[in-house]
Amino acid sequence: MALLEVEGLKAYYGQTQALHGVSFALEPGGITTLLGANGAGKTTTLRSLCGMVRTEGSVRFDGRPISGRATEAIVRLGVGHVPEGRGTFTNLTVDENLRVAAYTRRDKAAAQRDLDMVFEYFPILKARISQQAGTLSGGEQQMLAISRALMLGPRLMLLDEPSFGLAPLIVQEIFRIMRRINAEAKVSMLLVEQNAALALELADHAYVLETGRVVMSGKASVVKSDEAIRKSYLGY
Amino acid sequence: MATTVSSTGTEAGIQNVFAFIRRRWLWLLIAFLALLPIIGGKTGYISNFWFLQLSLMIVYAIAVLGLNLLTGFNGQISLGHGAFFAVGAYTAAILIDQAGWPFWATLPMAAVTCFVAGYLFGLPALRLEGHYLALATFALAVAVPQILKYRHFEGFTNGVQGINIFKADPPFGLPLSSDQWMFLVVLAVAVLMFWIARNLLDSRTGRAMTAIRDHAMAASTMGINVPRYKAVVFGISAIYTGIAGALHAIIFEFVSPDSFRFELSIAILVGAVVGGIASLPGAVIGGVFVQMIEKYADALTKKISAAVHLPLELEPWTIYGIALIVLMYTMPTGIAGGLAALWRRMRRS
Ligand SMILES: Nc1ncnc2c1ncn2[C@@H]1O[C@H](COP(=O)(O)OP(=O)(O)OP(=O)(O)O)[C@@H](O)[C@H]1O
Ligand SMILES: [Mg+2]
Repeated sequence: MALLEVEGLKAYYGQTQALHGVSFALEPGGITTLLGANGAGKTTTLRSLCGMVRTEGSVRFDGRPISGRATEAIVRLGVGHVPEGRGTFTNLTVDENLRVAAYTRRDKAAAQRDLDMVFEYFPILKARISQQAGTLSGGEQQMLAISRALMLGPRLMLLDEPSFGLAPLIVQEIFRIMRRINAEAKVSMLLVEQNAALALELADHAYVLETGRVVMSGKASVVKSDEAIRKSYLGY
Repeated sequence: MATTVSSTGTEAGIQNVFAFIRRRWLWLLIAFLALLPIIGGKTGYISNFWFLQLSLMIVYAIAVLGLNLLTGFNGQISLGHGAFFAVGAYTAAILIDQAGWPFWATLPMAAVTCFVAGYLFGLPALRLEGHYLALATFALAVAVPQILKYRHFEGFTNGVQGINIFKADPPFGLPLSSDQWMFLVVLAVAVLMFWIARNLLDSRTGRAMTAIRDHAMAASTMGINVPRYKAVVFGISAIYTGIAGALHAIIFEFVSPDSFRFELSIAILVGAVVGGIASLPGAVIGGVFVQMIEKYADALTKKISAAVHLPLELEPWTIYGIALIVLMYTMPTGIAGGLAALWRRMRRS
């Protein structure tokens, strides 16, 4: 059974419709990427999955319908959202940011284990533990955003352009760690990226979005090697 | 030899004293204030008038703290906290005047009333952001004096006349004036309220509050129920300002609709900003500021007008504006933030 099943998803900002019936599915354990140009509706898709915008259509997580539910309820089911722009709590310390993330955890021992795991993936955060999060570098803030989502103990992580505004070397490091998290912590991922080449390296499945519709989908390896697809949809 | 030993001994002793003061300065300050009625009252250095002034400063500090919790720590603006101050004050006055309650018993009741009022006001306000929330709360501040004057409520509120109550005498025949006694009561309530606020802010609830302020959307992705939190914080904030109102009624022995005009709301907001938003010491400074302005803005305005002949009429409220502008430029993080920065600089050099 698919971990996430999206069917005929429409999303609205006030009167404006941003998604026009998006359908896709995510297999458990994998990394799927959602590609598309600026304004294609990638961020809106992630927001729709988390109940942050008004939607129509069906979203099932683990077989359970989640459309229409409140964001915090969806999060508690095991959906970690790394939002566009990182969403750092700038005036809290790194430690406090992570503790906010452990907010919903009842099992404190498991939360502590996850904290240790986070520090193993991102040792730099441990070194910055009592630093005000707003003063972290962009890369460190992205690591913090991923760590926070990880602290929810999620089964699915939604990542909105984690490479945005970062130096290539940092991006490579973060993507390498994301692969480890996927493999070791068994967290499935839905990765939104503008940087298609990079995302296709990491993902095993890809969807391409254009003005609120899925226009192409396939195995990442196929999409990557098909020059016609690359030229017409991804522009590289 | 012996002299050197003893001198280093005293030096170490003095250092210990300093270390003790640095660690415990807050409690020492509170203890000092608590002893004021004995030190100042008995020797006659501090008159009852000054005890009332000090009490009012503390009362406003609690009110400012309430707004600080909402605006400073949760990022919701309110231009209408005078309304909750009024609700607290009238709750206390009506219960004392008409139901014969002892003054202390009215405080929990004021807390309950104000929590409900704040929560109910906070719920629909959730849909409003920034300017619109400011406008809605401002409307509340303007409406409350009118509601208090409303003819059909006169049975309770006594209309424009207001309600007179009488200050409690100190219990157990304590040798204190009622102003001194009330000062101690207000001080004790304030210490308790600030202590609760500090613990609240240091808890997971407090972190959630700040997270919502910093990034509401990201807070919801952390599993925080943002709307409910915001409404509850509105209620808690109203508790603080309402208890301040109740204490004000009790020590001032009088409430009337015109004591709670929208200027009070502005004063509380300015106090919070001037003292330092999102800072507990800032709330204390803000409280002192509010009472000073309340008391001296008028006289100061007259003095300035007399000294420099300006081509325009100065209003007492002009002082607020001037003080605010000067402070915002010299200490953008409020007086508390400015002092903290100064202290850090002194320690470094
Ligand atoms: N808050 C909003 N209010 C109104 N319209 C919005 C809002 N956010 C996005 N939109 C519109 O919805 C459409 C999809 O935007 P979205 O942010 O999902 O694109 P995206 O694929 O994430 O783009 P980018 O790569 O630039 O982040 C765009 O036409 C955009 O203008
Ligand atoms: Mg986007």
